[in-house]
This record gives sequence, C-alpha cells and structure tokens, in this order.
Amino acid sequence: MTTSPAPLVPSFDDDANEGRKLAIICSKGNLDMAYPGLILGNAALGEGVETHIFFTFWGLDMITKSRMNDLKFTPVGNTATHMPMGLTPMPGITGMATKQMKKSIADLGVPEIPEFLEQIVGAGGHLWACRLSADMNKLTDTDLYSEVEGIISATDFIELTAGAQMLFI
Amino acid sequence: MPVTTIDGREVHVNEEGFLTDPAEWDEAMAPGLAAAIGIELTDDHWKVLRFLRADFATQGETATTRRVQAVGGVSTKEQFALFPKKPAKKMAYIAGLPKPRGCV
Repeated sequence: MTTSPAPLVPSFDDDANEGRKLAIICSKGNLDMAYPGLILGNAALGEGVETHIFFTFWGLDMITKSRMNDLKFTPVGNTATHMPMGLTPMPGITGMATKQMKKSIADLGVPEIPEFLEQIVGAGGHLWACRLSADMNKLTDTDLYSEVEGIISATDFIELTAGAQMLFI
Repeated sequence: MPVTTIDGREVHVNEEGFLTDPAEWDEAMAPGLAAAIGIELTDDHWKVLRFLRADFATQGETATTRRVQAVGGVSTKEQFALFPKKPAKKMAYIAGLPKPRGCV
C-alpha cells in the first residue's frame, strides 16, 4: 500500500447552518403544549441554528413569573389520553394528570418549564413576549421571566425573523 | 464497519466517523480527535470528557447536553463555549462515544 486514506472524521458542517434561523411561536399555555416548542427550539440550538421563540396568547403563561411554575395538563377534550371523556371534567383529574405528566417528563431527564427556558437561553436562544398578549393581561417587563429580551409586536417579530423557518404551536 | 487511523492508531468508526467501540478509546487519543475537528483541549474540556466517559460506563448511553449540565455540573453555556455550535455531537466524538440519543 503506497498511500494511506485520510482519516474518516465526521463532518459537523458548522457552516451549513450558517444563516439558518428558526422562529417558533408558542401560543398555548397547557403543559403538554408548552413542551413541543421548547424541545424543538433546544434541538435547533444544539445544531447551531439561530432560534427565536415568540410567546403569544396563552403561550405567554410560559414566561410569566407568576404562572410559569404552574402550567397544567388536562385530558378534557383530549382523546389522545384515551380516558373515557365523561370522566375528564371530574374534580381532581387535571391535578392528577398534571402530576403524572410532570413525573413522566422528569423521568426522561427533561426539565420543568422555567429551568428549560434557562437552558435555552444558555444555549443562545432568544425569547420574546407578544405586545398584544402582554397588554391583554396587563403585564409588563417586571412580570416576565428576566431573560425575555423584550415585549414586541407581531410585526417586529416577523421583521426580526426574516428568512426563518417558522413553527406555530 | 470502516476502520480509520487516528494518531497512527486504527479504530473502528461508523459511516459518519464516530468511534463505534468505546474500548478502543483512551485519553491519549482525545487530543487527536479534538484536533481533527478544530478543538484544542483544555482542563475545562477534560472535565466534560471525563464526565461523559464515566457516565457512559454506568448508563450505557452518551449524556445529552442537559445531563452534562444537570449531573456533570457544566452549564449549557459553557458547553457551547467549549464545543462550539454542536456541543452534544462534538463532545461525544472526542470522548469516543456514540452521538447522544436523547432529545433534551
């Protein structure tokens, strides 16, 4: 053998994602609807993708200090839980379902919402609050998670994420 | 399974280039793997790599960035500073471990 092949090294393609942006709009404040946006955002950041998350309508609960620790999951109207629908509105069901979901998520090493947001910010993610939603709920900067970069309008967010791939959750 | 040469030593890798046998790795190999992807190892890098190896030995799975923070005590921010852009994959590669499977 006269020549040795170059070592096989993974191509991390750092430059391939250069300029790629992901914009995620979180519009729901149920515990089960809060996670998808955060998990996808976190995954994108881990791939070197610039990620912006806009919290609007009920999604604003995720970054509201007084609520972010207390998001709930309810099986009411959610056939995917496969519970008899007649049982789902009964007292205590939401509490039980929330507790169960939190346990399942924690068992997989996934953090609760506030800690997850911290991790996303640590990974370089950008958090934005919706102006209209903040006004509707009479919330200001001081009511929101401290790492939120600003309360901005939908127009501002669209400008900010020009060229981005968008997810509405 | 392809075989490649890192610092004069033959190791088995998958089609992407990740080592497939954690036992073929030792600490002497890490600087060569790091250099191949443009990273120069410091004590801070070693803290992460040693955690990943020890954690893999007990868990049988490569730790995610989340686990490196929560259990290994190295913040996500620091991981991105040490292994820029794609910390999970880069940490795993230099530690001679498979890519982490976890989502978070």
